[in-house]
Amino acid sequence: MKTVLRLLATASAVAFASSAAMAAGELNIYNWGNYTSPEMIKKFEEKFDVKVNLDGYDSNEAMLAKVKAGDTGYDIVVPGDYMVKVMIGEGLLEEVKPNTMENFKNVDPKWVDVWWDPGRNYSVPYQWGTTSFTVDTAVYDGDIDTLALLFDPPEVLQGRINMLNDMNDVINAGLRYLGYGRCNGNQDELREVLALLSKAKPHWRTMDYAVIEKLTSKDVDISQSWNGAAMRARAQRPTLKYAYPKEGFTGWMDNVAVLKGAPNLENAKLFINFMMEPENAGLTSNFARYANGILGSDKFMEPEMLSAPEIVMPAGAPEPDFVTPCPQEVVDLYNKIWTQLKQ
Amino acid sequence: MSDREAQTALAAAIAQNRRNERLTRAWLLAPALTLILAISILPLAITVVYSFLTPGTYGGVTWEFSTDSYVQFLFQRDIFDDSLVFNSAYVSIFLRSIGLALGATLGALILGFPTAYFIATKPREQRNIWLFLITLPFWTNLLIRTYAMLLIIRDEGLINIMLMKAGIISSPLTILYTDTAVFIGLIYSFLPFMVLPIYASLEKLDFSLVEAGYDLYANRLKVLFHVIVPLAKPGIVAGCILVFIPGLGAYITPELLGGGKKLMIGNMIAMQFGASRNWPFGSAAALILMALVILVLLANALAARKGASRNG
Amino acid sequence: MPGFTATAWLCIVALYLPILVLIVFSFNENRSVVLWTGFSLDWYAKALENDGIRHAAWVSVKIALFATVISTIAATMAALATTRTKKFAGQGLVYGIINQPLMIPEIVTAIATLSLFALVKKITGLTGIGYLMLAHAAFCIPFAYMPIRARLETMTLTLEQAAADLYAPPLKVFTLVTLPLLGPGIVAGAMLAFVVSLDDVIITLMIAGPGETTLPIYILGAIRRGVTPEINAVSTILVAVSVLLVMLLFVVQRRMQR
Repeated sequence: MKTVLRLLATASAVAFASSAAMAAGELNIYNWGNYTSPEMIKKFEEKFDVKVNLDGYDSNEAMLAKVKAGDTGYDIVVPGDYMVKVMIGEGLLEEVKPNTMENFKNVDPKWVDVWWDPGRNYSVPYQWGTTSFTVDTAVYDGDIDTLALLFDPPEVLQGRINMLNDMNDVINAGLRYLGYGRCNGNQDELREVLALLSKAKPHWRTMDYAVIEKLTSKDVDISQSWNGAAMRARAQRPTLKYAYPKEGFTGWMDNVAVLKGAPNLENAKLFINFMMEPENAGLTSNFARYANGILGSDKFMEPEMLSAPEIVMPAGAPEPDFVTPCPQEVVDLYNKIWTQLKQ
Repeated sequence: MSDREAQTALAAAIAQNRRNERLTRAWLLAPALTLILAISILPLAITVVYSFLTPGTYGGVTWEFSTDSYVQFLFQRDIFDDSLVFNSAYVSIFLRSIGLALGATLGALILGFPTAYFIATKPREQRNIWLFLITLPFWTNLLIRTYAMLLIIRDEGLINIMLMKAGIISSPLTILYTDTAVFIGLIYSFLPFMVLPIYASLEKLDFSLVEAGYDLYANRLKVLFHVIVPLAKPGIVAGCILVFIPGLGAYITPELLGGGKKLMIGNMIAMQFGASRNWPFGSAAALILMALVILVLLANALAARKGASRNG
Repeated sequence: MPGFTATAWLCIVALYLPILVLIVFSFNENRSVVLWTGFSLDWYAKALENDGIRHAAWVSVKIALFATVISTIAATMAALATTRTKKFAGQGLVYGIINQPLMIPEIVTAIATLSLFALVKKITGLTGIGYLMLAHAAFCIPFAYMPIRARLETMTLTLEQAAADLYAPPLKVFTLVTLPLLGPGIVAGAMLAFVVSLDDVIITLMIAGPGETTLPIYILGAIRRGVTPEINAVSTILVAVSVLLVMLLFVVQRRMQR
């Protein structure tokens, strides 16, 4: 027994010590899963002689919960637009002043004065995209640029629809279809939204995040989708077309930021500056399949990315709508709608 | 040594023995209890506290006492009007999850018991290999496994193709994205949790006795229910607990195979810690779920005690 | 028993059918796990080159092994205590506590444990993979405990008592009589614990620190961007390696018996 205990003690000591030993020359990145170009990371490691630890999360909220608890050991996170605002408000991000850094000149001016970080005191653009839907034009050959395909579908698409399993994406699309504002606390309008969603739900086959699998396996012919996912699905089902509905669609941007109390602050700052270099932003886009917001990065991007209809918005398409975080009362109402809808 | 002295010595020995036993027991229980107390019960206490607080902006909690979370479970305030009305949404989500978990437990038992029996009748040196064969599929990832199942039960999937080739059905069965698919998925994911405990309790069964039983009674069902099932009972109970309780909280498999159009308890609660930003309500719902599970366990224990006292 | 053998075979075939599909798709030339286009070994090459995935697989196995050993030892001891000593007050409570990790949905335990560990980290300054390992060990205990307890409950005391009557010291009784009899229960419990730890997502997601991504977390993060057959390749390698190891063990065992 004693030997067993001693063994355990040694084992746990090793387990704790092995990572306590790391110090200088490291950078711990916490990014969305499968979203970071390994090539870009290798380049950073070689250039600055820093060892990068890369881990992934699957939602802004999971990342926030962890960061809020404190002492995560991470230096870099990549929150979405509204989450940047939330995290700045909660004092979770380090004000590293990217706007004073050498490569800041490369940031597209369009992405400097954004509502989630005006003037870019905390974060820099990582990737941006849109959330709309994609349709198989071989199945449905009418006008695709309308949300009616999701909420009032033509017969060929009935029962062939996948919606994202995401409260905000579904409710926001419903609000747009009815012409109501986002972050809406108006109860009469929300009652209409609930009625609309409940009426449309029998036509939906599934509600799932795994858009690419749903479309390529031909389980559905139309799916709510991020533009990058739509592009990947199109590679395997060429008749898919990404829609820019006239009622509007969501835009989003993920941003690189440094956590307050980052153990490797200097390396984190190097990384922020590094991410604003066109070549590195290009590498990221080639891997993650989204646009990046760094000027000159197109020179380093694969040609098919530059001409993809999912990335290059057609003239006349509405401006993407970057949705601000909603107050708790609204979230509570949304939550109730969602629960009613899926009970 | 007088009688009295002997008696005292005996009493002392018994007391010593009891004390020793208590000590041994404490020592044996220590590792498991310490681990669970530190890593599961302490967080449970935190959860209880959370459930009586107010949701913080953007997740987390604010330190303000409130019983709203519990009220919210049965009633809805302020959706569309300010009165308190009975809200069936959460209750119906709970009921559906309970129904699915019960169904999965029953299904796993019906399939798992014969499988465990089969393994237990194999030659001794082969048994571990069979156990390993039962658990090996679960060394692969849940998600990938579920995708593979999707391919098998789709309209154009393996099952339908085989059934149609065999001429059993003329048009494909729609299984995917129905409750049937959810059942199949749950039974699949929990089968080992049923098979292994039952096997563990059956393994020592002397199957020559069973054979003798066949010869004597010649009624196999009688032997099954009067000899084998009572012997395997601890394993069956253990298996049912290991399937039913995790089955209640499961949601990844049910969502993928069921199409995600209906909420399970598991993801209803998980949602509260995500996009819904209501940690107190998530905590309260989890505690209500736990209370329910404890009730089931208690009822089970009471039934077992009654059965035991009746028999002996 | 008529029908039992058939049912068992049905179960085994049903358990392996998806695994077969999974293995087939690891050889897909296309980047899809649901659409077959042709044979290739690309995904094996990609998986072997992918540092992230390899590291994640290694972390998963390491944690699962640790959690299995710890939880099986703790569960065996606890099962002995709850079945091999006289009935005691609070037995029901102990039983309840041991099964507690089963009763609360993972996400809740995960969030609460996160708060707790953050506090411990602040006080002790310790960081590292130990937290994750201990958390896994804790929630694996009920899965290891149940089969072992079921085994003990069906074991009669006669052999142990006979040995004790022959004045064998308790430890000897335990190692020579109880433990071998208990073997199948322990094997079953350990296997369940291993599987449960290997597949855990939610608690791991919340508790893991830098460099502690496990395979399920890696895959979870990949869902939105599409899962590729790389994951199938890694799963296949893991299955193949474990089959080889077990076959080796089996052969060695047979040799030794002869």
